[in-house]
Amino acid sequence: MDKIIKNPETEEKSKQEKEDSKISRRGFLTGSAAAIGGAALVGTYKDASAYKEFSGWPGRFGCLTDLTACVGCRSCEKACNEANNLPKPDVPFDDSSVFKEMRRPTAHAYTVVNQYKNPKDENKPLYRKVQCNHCNEPACASACPIHAYTKTPEGAVLYNPEKCFGCRYCMIACPFYVPAYDYESALEPKIVKCVMCYARIKTGGIPACADACPVGAITFGKRSELINVARKKIMTNPDRYINHIYGEHEVGGTSWLYISGVPFEHYGFPANLPKKPLIEETKGFLGAVPVVFTVWPALFGTIYASLRHREDMEKQKHGEEEEKK
Amino acid sequence: MSNGTRTENFRSWFMDKLLMGMSWPEYSRRLITPFNMVAAIILSIGIPLMAIRFVYGLASVTHASNEYPWGILLGWGLFGGVPLSATGFVMGTAYYIFGFKGYKPLVRLGILTGFLGYLFAVIYLMTDLGRPWRIYYPMIIGFGTASVLFLVAWHVATYLTVQFIEFSEAILEWLKSRRVYKWATMIVIGMTIAGIILSTLHQSALGALFLLAPGKLHPLWYSSYLPHLFLSSSIYAALAMVIVVSTLVAKFLPGAADNNFLRNLDRLTVGLGKGACVGMFVYFALKLVGVAHDNNWYLLGTPYGEWFLLEILGFVLLPAMMLTYGVKNSSPGIVRFGAFYAVIGVVLNRINVSIIAFNWNLPDHLHHIIPPWQEFAIVAAIAMIHMLIFRWIVNRMPVVREEPEYKELH
Repeated sequence: MDKIIKNPETEEKSKQEKEDSKISRRGFLTGSAAAIGGAALVGTYKDASAYKEFSGWPGRFGCLTDLTACVGCRSCEKACNEANNLPKPDVPFDDSSVFKEMRRPTAHAYTVVNQYKNPKDENKPLYRKVQCNHCNEPACASACPIHAYTKTPEGAVLYNPEKCFGCRYCMIACPFYVPAYDYESALEPKIVKCVMCYARIKTGGIPACADACPVGAITFGKRSELINVARKKIMTNPDRYINHIYGEHEVGGTSWLYISGVPFEHYGFPANLPKKPLIEETKGFLGAVPVVFTVWPALFGTIYASLRHREDMEKQKHGEEEEKK
Repeated sequence: MSNGTRTENFRSWFMDKLLMGMSWPEYSRRLITPFNMVAAIILSIGIPLMAIRFVYGLASVTHASNEYPWGILLGWGLFGGVPLSATGFVMGTAYYIFGFKGYKPLVRLGILTGFLGYLFAVIYLMTDLGRPWRIYYPMIIGFGTASVLFLVAWHVATYLTVQFIEFSEAILEWLKSRRVYKWATMIVIGMTIAGIILSTLHQSALGALFLLAPGKLHPLWYSSYLPHLFLSSSIYAALAMVIVVSTLVAKFLPGAADNNFLRNLDRLTVGLGKGACVGMFVYFALKLVGVAHDNNWYLLGTPYGEWFLLEILGFVLLPAMMLTYGVKNSSPGIVRFGAFYAVIGVVLNRINVSIIAFNWNLPDHLHHIIPPWQEFAIVAAIAMIHMLIFRWIVNRMPVVREEPEYKELH
């Protein structure tokens, strides 16, 4: 199985785009004439829309984990540990005793592999690699009051410890229980989580885990293409896979996608998540803030003024009555 | 002026202002009371643990887990403490804006309770933050404008300042300052309206924080009405809290109060109780609307549903009925009991949302939420310092009494 997909279609498309961009002399002249007329100036505003929509960085990358392929060898854990200079683990990476309990990413490990019972075959346990799913619209980033998180155009969600003050609201917000906190440190505690090997993918490489997987269970590529790959796999092997790509729609979609032979709940994936990004849940509230800021002073100011006015009127009345006496 | 008289002046100022007119030996003898002994024990355990937290990290004394990033320091201190500190905004609005002039003896008490409540919410928060020395970061370093917590941070900081300005009247009277004092009373209406804006927004924002976690908070507590529920319960919590605090002051610090306060207290308590029970019925209705809105009735039969019913029937409806009964019969005693009960109910709700119903679907959940004793001891120490500072201020500054020479200025 390919660890990285190159799509011939997209390559062709970009060639064509290049050709299109070569402007013919004649076209150039007409264009200049139009520009003189000022039409070109108007043209640049033509696609301005009152409705702003951002459906994610177009060329973002992702990974597709084929849960049916994973054999639980933990090579990905080892490769991740080395690539990201993480501390040596207490138990070596070839020790399968770690499967006795469910683990999660920690301050010392970006990713862990867990073992699950196979409902189809008792003797063939299932495995799942857990790491950050790099959401399209990450809840951790929406939660952070200091903007310590960034969703990069490449797809990776990155965290900047220089900005963080350690409120850990990102951990509350993450629907996948991914960010871990370095509680042991008194002076420089920070969030620790998978970075999708950002430095490697920036220079044309692929994440260390995908590179290390001996059975090709992790495919790296453009997210849009990975969805096609996943669909094709499901369509050609309907007996092997269930018809669900986890991460295609969950919480607005994630860069890390999964296909599986059994329902995802078996692997402990949360099944109760909305399809829209979690930030949508707080938008209504945050939208009310400017309303409160403008309406409240007017409203309460008026109430105060009206009561003062009534007081004045009463005083005046009393004064008049006393004068009469 | 010779050096000698200056020292003498300072001495008399010091004795008058800080030692409540007593000499050192007299004052220190008066400090030996059973309550202070208990306080000393609590502090001598809690303060070293706080030091350990700052030297060895959160892991040494708190629950500190990756699934449960927030424990009782925030569940009790921030989420429980802030609604009970709405007292300043509720009493200020009632008195200054709506013109409930009869409640004057309780206004400053409300503002002090609110100011200290916020101050200590921030102290709990700073104990829990990984790097508390960066507390100002949301104001300068990075603006997470899409974050509800960003709003909370700004509002709590601003509101703390607003409440300090509101309470500064009392501080200035204590220090017998005239010029600054006039300026402080002039801006009080502006500050009160600022307080309404900031309070309505961040009380509701504390609920809105959890809107981001629909997969983790139990559906009976998760509702799109969370901001409204938090705001609405904070208002009755404030009224009940003023009853609680004024009861404690009248009982344990009667020397600090004037006759105006002590004589009117029963009548005002019943009045506040009336407001609180109306607020509680509104909140109760809103809670039911929340369940109906998401059609979560089927969950009421589950163990969490029973716990939810206990919360809204046992800790909202029941105290509300008790308050109603007390108000109907003009019985300040029953109203006080109902108010204590209502305050406990609000804290229970906040603990439910932030701790008990949060992560309800994780295996062994109820086992995981039990904090280590060290965390309890730290919470107890902070709460004790809170009470001691409150007592210190009420004993010295004109909070539940009026300074005769400032009377005409109000």
